[in-house]
Amino acid sequence: MLEIKNLCKTFNAGTINEVMSLQEVNLTIEEGSFVCVLGTNGSGKSTLLNAVAGTFLTDAGTISLNGREITKWPEHKRACYIGRVFQNPFSGTAPAMSIAENLSLAAKRGKKRGLGWGLPVSVRGELQTRIKALNMGLEDRLDSPIGKLSGGQRQALTLLMSSWIRPELLLLDEHTAALDPKTAAKVIELTEKIVTEGKLTTLMVTHSMQQAVNLGDRIIMMHQGRIKYDFRGNDKKRLKVPDLLALFDDLRRKDQIDGTVAELLLENYV
Amino acid sequence: MTLLIGSVTIGLILALLALGIFISFRIFDFPDITAEGSFTFGASITASMIIAGFNPVIATLAAFAGGLLAGTSTGIIHTKFKVNPLLSGILVMTALYSVNLHVMGKSNVPLLSEKTLFTWFENFSIQVSGKDAVFNIIGWNVPAKDIWTLLFCLLIIVVFSLILLWFFRTNLGTAMRATGDNDQMIRALGVNTKGMIIFGVALSNGFIALSGSMLAQFQGFADVQMGIGMMVWGLASVIIGEALISENSLGQVIAGAVIGAVLFRLLVAIALRWGMNPNDLKLITAAFVFIALVLPGFMKRTKKIKLNRQ
Ligand SMILES: Nc1ncnc2c1ncn2[C@@H]1O[C@H](COP(=O)(O)OP(=O)(O)O)[C@@H](O)[C@H]1O
Ligand SMILES: [Mg+2]
Repeated sequence: MLEIKNLCKTFNAGTINEVMSLQEVNLTIEEGSFVCVLGTNGSGKSTLLNAVAGTFLTDAGTISLNGREITKWPEHKRACYIGRVFQNPFSGTAPAMSIAENLSLAAKRGKKRGLGWGLPVSVRGELQTRIKALNMGLEDRLDSPIGKLSGGQRQALTLLMSSWIRPELLLLDEHTAALDPKTAAKVIELTEKIVTEGKLTTLMVTHSMQQAVNLGDRIIMMHQGRIKYDFRGNDKKRLKVPDLLALFDDLRRKDQIDGTVAELLLENYV
Repeated sequence: MTLLIGSVTIGLILALLALGIFISFRIFDFPDITAEGSFTFGASITASMIIAGFNPVIATLAAFAGGLLAGTSTGIIHTKFKVNPLLSGILVMTALYSVNLHVMGKSNVPLLSEKTLFTWFENFSIQVSGKDAVFNIIGWNVPAKDIWTLLFCLLIIVVFSLILLWFFRTNLGTAMRATGDNDQMIRALGVNTKGMIIFGVALSNGFIALSGSMLAQFQGFADVQMGIGMMVWGLASVIIGEALISENSLGQVIAGAVIGAVLFRLLVAIALRWGMNPNDLKLITAAFVFIALVLPGFMKRTKKIKLNRQ
């Protein structure tokens, strides 16, 4: 279970470039829940995931994962429990190293890395079967450098790597945004399979409302560093793309009115 | 021929320097100028310890440890205090200049009458081949001790290359390579990348100090100036090595750096023999590395221009 309480993050505080990317965000995600995060550009979705992963430390609030308070932990320590896939397909793999080496690195996520042989012959069999399950024809290319693969192939491998050791939390940040529609569909299919089979607690940012409607058991919608809407259970099941579009329109309309006026209006009339 | 054998021996000794530069420059993309200080540091530690009567093996290993320490300082200054890589190296290199003078007590320490690793190699030669023995190599008479010295250096460099190759294939070494390749990715897999950089820069300088230590013992003195230009020298060796290999496998890259170091030393010896002014050596080395660094990009650009014209 992930518990986020009053989380705040401001970038470039005190300068003209100040952005309040997270403003008192509260969010609890139950064990095994698959949450889709929607929101306009710059609404703080990536910031939220990065804050949980520990890319930077937050200004206020707490984050705990399964009872451990991780708010001040460095990124690499949180990685023992958290699997990640980034938006950029190049971010999740080491390009100069082979497919097998990349996977063997993932097989040690959060474990002690000593002077044992990095790529023992005995694991090659397992690597092969698990890569074969991706259905991308990569099982015969274990020793070619990952940098030679397409974005979709690399993203599929990153997904496999992030879940090689079962993570307590899986963070996916628009991991299909950089892919062509066909490849994106394939990676989404794989995502669903991995998440369902492992019953993984998942936080997935997506730009596609269709994906949010089809996948997961909960949708949260962010705007200006806050969670504005939160749908779960039957509400989530009933939600369709036009409903989400209407909500986006609503947020946008409120945006056009000056912030303080909007607050006044809300107080007086809502 | 004696000149040739001597050059190859020095080339092998400097191959350790090339391996160190390979770690910082090629694994981490860290332009680590600490090299110039730690090369001399290795030499001065070994020289002072040998003069103080320590066993040469211990004095040589102490140089390695000294290099580790120098590299650790640079790594910490860079990662923990967020000083840029080049400046971190410059700080430690500058500080080491004073440290080296303190360690040696003066700017030059002669070792000719001391027992060094190379005295051992010569004694071994006397025992095996006899005093003043010569080997006949394709018509040339070469002192046996020179051949034995060369073979010992070859053995040492092969052993260290294999250790490095083995290390880079372990879990720890694989994570180290990944840190240089994509630090974001390996952090997400639970590796402390700052620690890895510190460790890597330390290892690099350990090899470089070892090289300085052996060179001091071979040439019979340690000098506070002997590190100057060594980073570019090592880089030149690594670049030559990369031009020689056909694929980017770890074994080939490491072997390439070693062969590159020997070839580069031979090229320099030949150039000097042909009358090149020794004062121009560093200028020419720097020019060589400059050309090697910009040439690939330049060729790509001209190719592109040609394609555009078509
Ligand atoms: N590292 C950073 N430094 C400065 N500003 C940042 C940084 N990361 C995000 N921001 C800013 O925070 C806001 C939210 O960004 P982000 O979380 O990436 O939005 P998105 O919802 O599109 O993923 C944006 O205005 C962005 O410019
Ligand atoms: Mg984003």
